[in-house]
Amino acid sequence: MPLDWSYFRPELIHAIEQTLLMVGVGLLISLIIGIPLGIVLVVTRENGILQNKFIFSVLSVIVNIFRSIPFIILIVAIIPFTRFIIGTSIGTVAAIVPLVIFTAPYIGRLIENSLLEVDSGVIELAQAMGANPWQIIWRFLLPEALSSIILAVTIATIGLIGASAMAGAVGGGGLGDLAIVYGYQQFQTEVMIITVILLVIFVQLIQSIGNLLAKKIRRK
Amino acid sequence: MLVLKDIHKVYGKDKKRVEALKGINLEVGKGEIFGVIGFSGAGKSTLIRCVNLLERPTSGQVLINNVDMQKLPPRHLRKERKKIGMIFQQFNLLNAKTVFKNVAMPLIIDGRPKQEIEKKVNELLSFVGLSDKAKQYPEQLSGGQKQRVGIARALATDPHILLCDEATSALDPDTTQSILELLKKVRNELGITILIITHEMNVIRDICDKVAVIDGGVIVEQGSVLDVFSEPKKEITKNFVRTILNDEIPPTIKTFIKTKHQHSDSHYMYRVLFKGASANNPLLSNIAKQFPVDVNVIHGTITELQGIPFGNLIIELQGKPEDIKQALAFIKQQEVIVKEVDIHAT
Repeated sequence: MPLDWSYFRPELIHAIEQTLLMVGVGLLISLIIGIPLGIVLVVTRENGILQNKFIFSVLSVIVNIFRSIPFIILIVAIIPFTRFIIGTSIGTVAAIVPLVIFTAPYIGRLIENSLLEVDSGVIELAQAMGANPWQIIWRFLLPEALSSIILAVTIATIGLIGASAMAGAVGGGGLGDLAIVYGYQQFQTEVMIITVILLVIFVQLIQSIGNLLAKKIRRK
Repeated sequence: MLVLKDIHKVYGKDKKRVEALKGINLEVGKGEIFGVIGFSGAGKSTLIRCVNLLERPTSGQVLINNVDMQKLPPRHLRKERKKIGMIFQQFNLLNAKTVFKNVAMPLIIDGRPKQEIEKKVNELLSFVGLSDKAKQYPEQLSGGQKQRVGIARALATDPHILLCDEATSALDPDTTQSILELLKKVRNELGITILIITHEMNVIRDICDKVAVIDGGVIVEQGSVLDVFSEPKKEITKNFVRTILNDEIPPTIKTFIKTKHQHSDSHYMYRVLFKGASANNPLLSNIAKQFPVDVNVIHGTITELQGIPFGNLIIELQGKPEDIKQALAFIKQQEVIVKEVDIHAT
């Protein structure tokens, strides 16, 4: 069965829009949750600048729980929660909820690792200078870890693109869904190839931008 | 200025318990350069971190200008820390920031206005001789230049004390020398009190007024550098002194003297220590002229401490016993320390 472009082109464009929406908004919200999460995990840990065993343990367990659930199961498992937040559990916007819940803890862990890479001498220096905890985080930890954080966010974004392909399970649409519905279920190999190529380009682009930014910032 | 009273620091509990400091007492006077020397693991890093409370002592008092540091609430402690500069072995520069920004950091933290920061940082960079490097990044600097940035940064908030944590240990000898000169300039021109911890005896020799030797978390010996160098009491101090002031008789000479004196107990070997002005007097030639004895210099080193010459000679006196006795009495009248050396025992 030859591919009918007049019918397929708008479908493809719509799918790209859906993917961009899920990845873009999903990433933004995940960063808003994930970055503070990573910071809190670093400062509250043992010998951290605001050591707090209780907060650290609780957050760490929560992050581990969400990180251990496969995404396809997570989508279904949190349907009531999605419905509570969005009003529906179906559609592109609704798919953002599980995407965020999947990605935010991941970003939290990645940011945590990036911040832990900062030489402990830098924190010692900041304290000796009389910096308060807030200044230590903003003026020392985050700027010194920035290049590493950018690479971490790049990895998270690519993970998010991968996860968004599964959003079809709750009617989220997007490129992944297009590939499954047309390419797999209707045996239209061209669609499969086109979507895969688009996803590859998308991922390459993001990784390149991430590498470039990180390189520009890194001074070592 | 800075007083440490009976500082103890214990890490860990029960079986993992390690006592890093076991009752440290120190007093650093205003404008002094005070050196603490010890091998790694002696507790000196912990000690210097107790001064600005990067490490909290388990017990004891830290007094800076009569302020009990440990009693300060966090806000006041941060304020006090701004008056204590610190430089580090690994420099701890911020790699993502220019030299200018690195030096400006303490002022930014303190919320100073932009113009003041600019003026101060330029002054500091010129003080440490790095005016042309303001826009560079730490990765573009040599080790010595990095430490200069560290020093400029530590001076930004006009501290009254500068803490130096092995500040020259990562540098080569020439660079070490130039950094030590800079530290001297910091004290001489800005009147800043300096506390240095190091394992390098040449640092103590070249810039310190006073020295404390730390071993196993205890200060085993302290005093003016001249006193400690001329008469080290503890074995560890002797070892440190030996690293820069070799007072061991070389083995070949030892063998030679032993064979020479095989058949007589009456050898007259003396160790003579000159300090300060006495090193300028032609003591040995005076002895030779005034008494019928011959002076044979067997071994010797002369070095400079605090701009004061310091000599350590081993001499042999040859002559009749009564003449030697008189010569010895003469030597003892001078400002020197003289001790008989028993070659068979050493």
